[in-house]
Amino acid sequence: MHRTLITWLQAAPLTVILLGFLVAPIIMIVIVSFWGATEFSIYPDFQFENYQFLFNSPVTYKVFFATFKYAFITWAFTLAIGFTVAYFLAFHVRSQTTQIALFLLCTIPFWTSNIIRMISWIPFLGRNGIANQTLMSWGVIDAPLDWLLYSDFSVILAFVHLYTLFMVVPIFNTMMRIDKSLLEAARDAGASGFQTLCHLIIPLTKPGIMIGTIFVVTLVMGDFITVRFMSGSQKANVGRLISNDIALLQYPSAAATAVVLLCTVLIMIAIMLRFVNIRKEL
Amino acid sequence: MSKMRYSRRAVLKNGAAAVAASALPAPMVWAQEIKDITLRQFGTGVSNLNDVANKVKEDLGFTLAMTALDSDSVTQRAATQPDSFDIADIEYWICKKVWPTGNLQAMDTSKIANYDKIVGIFKSGKLTPESEIAQGTAPHSVGFVDGPDGNAFADEETGWMTLIPTIYNADTLGIRPDLINRPINNWSELLNPEFKGKASILDISSIGIMDMAMVCESMGEIQYADKGNMTREEIDKTFAIFTEAKQNGQFRAFWKTFDESVNLMAAGEVVIQSMWSPAITAVKSRGIPCVYQPLEEGYRSWGGGIGLSKSLSGMELDAAYEYINWYLDGWVGGYLMRQGYYSAVPETSKNHMSENEWGYWFEGKQATGDITSPTGDVLAKAGETRDGGSFYDRMGSVACWNAVMDENQYMVRKWNEFIAS
Repeated sequence: MHRTLITWLQAAPLTVILLGFLVAPIIMIVIVSFWGATEFSIYPDFQFENYQFLFNSPVTYKVFFATFKYAFITWAFTLAIGFTVAYFLAFHVRSQTTQIALFLLCTIPFWTSNIIRMISWIPFLGRNGIANQTLMSWGVIDAPLDWLLYSDFSVILAFVHLYTLFMVVPIFNTMMRIDKSLLEAARDAGASGFQTLCHLIIPLTKPGIMIGTIFVVTLVMGDFITVRFMSGSQKANVGRLISNDIALLQYPSAAATAVVLLCTVLIMIAIMLRFVNIRKEL
Repeated sequence: MSKMRYSRRAVLKNGAAAVAASALPAPMVWAQEIKDITLRQFGTGVSNLNDVANKVKEDLGFTLAMTALDSDSVTQRAATQPDSFDIADIEYWICKKVWPTGNLQAMDTSKIANYDKIVGIFKSGKLTPESEIAQGTAPHSVGFVDGPDGNAFADEETGWMTLIPTIYNADTLGIRPDLINRPINNWSELLNPEFKGKASILDISSIGIMDMAMVCESMGEIQYADKGNMTREEIDKTFAIFTEAKQNGQFRAFWKTFDESVNLMAAGEVVIQSMWSPAITAVKSRGIPCVYQPLEEGYRSWGGGIGLSKSLSGMELDAAYEYINWYLDGWVGGYLMRQGYYSAVPETSKNHMSENEWGYWFEGKQATGDITSPTGDVLAKAGETRDGGSFYDRMGSVACWNAVMDENQYMVRKWNEFIAS
């Protein structure tokens, strides 16, 4: 009895915080998504108009598709880069000091804000930017490449740049826990480097990959500012749809879009968790 | 923090009551208490200038706390957070949207010293007696209400103003003459395939749609009954034309903030785009040629003014009137006109400008010496004239005012589709 009480008390602070700052706002969003809106105000109601408009508009499907596209491509790149970096850190670098030093090196870009790191690409990739000027002076191209900036390319480039570390950290973490004697055993049993990678390292790193995946996918799907700046406002994802609605005071319609996005992301994560048991990691 | 403010206000009010009761000479107490007053003003970046706040402190003694936001956020704040401001510095089309919420109070024009000198555009709607009133939300049409608590806009001067006009201008397209190398005379040039991938338009729906309408009309594709109040068919047609252009890669980017438009132009990403006057100034002050091109079809104009929060009362309301009178007294007007805007009472601004500046900015004359911005950058040299000419040339050829239309919600949804297309 006494013990259960203590357990409850220990869990209480977190429960209160989650209820107040996570559950309550989400419930509020769900409620508001059924409200009505005039041009400058919202009024309590119970109507499906917001959802009706959302599901009947071809723009919604287009924008959700674009969001998935950004998420998938970014995921593929961050995974490839993140896995390679983590592999290098975990298995190639022998001394622990160097390992820690190199790992910290990876985090240096995070000392400045997200937005600054993103915007710094703009002068670099611009029509008269450093990238184009360099390529032209090397004689690789004759005219500036316009697709370097304000395109899907620049959006995905910025995403990969911003979010790769979220892949590196969990993968590196799981790799460090792999018992080195397993690798020796594999080698003794005659496995090639590639076989060790496929049959040993990748399966054992799956929880880390999955955690990284969840980070990257949720970050990209919830983003709006990167898409806005890097596409010069020309492309849209779901986040931008929501932010436009908010800017125009259409809170109920923004809430409805947010609810649909939230459900989509939750379903995706549920599917991912089917494949890997990340509790092993925690 | 906000509680502290609130209690200070209560103290102020009680203080004022005590003053009245004890029949002390009010001005003395006014001088002491005024130092403690803080008026919170918010608005778009154009007129929320720290120099103005500093000068207010110097001339009037009280503190003006400024917050600069983009047009959408300004509308949102004025409509939804009435307690977050004392003075709203908003545009007339925003006023049309926000006034029905009841968050603002009408102003008694008899307390405005320079009321009679305010330009006709804001009173009768006519710049000169012969002028025609342009399409869109013309400032005078939302400038007056029936009485202090009036909810409906009045057709004529009533003595109760919604916004005291402070700043306005005529907007057109900005171009990079060094990268275009030929004369540009029509709005339709924005969609000219010659500038494929080098054009831009602003991503603020209520203003962008007007620029679009100017372009479509100039192309001869659509004849609008009223560009400021389009029908659904007109909206559909307009977006069809622009969506096609977008998909053909006409636009390099869209911009939402002043800085973005400056960077697009200065970096050479864009050679023709919707632009605001001080953005041209900012590009020029970097030594890059940029012209605010007058076009045959006329200008798209806008005007802003300051409105008072409903919750202002007592000494703070007096301070606000004091501030408005000071605003129209010329110092700010001169400051703004040196950036290329116009002031609502030009004749008082004249006292705060040199003859050369007045000639260049207002009368459209050749500069007789260097023209500098308020921050000291040289904008024009002797012999140069202002793009578009004099005040009467520019404000006299306004084709439409920034507006909010009856079909606004429909338009906004179409705008979202346009951005996502």
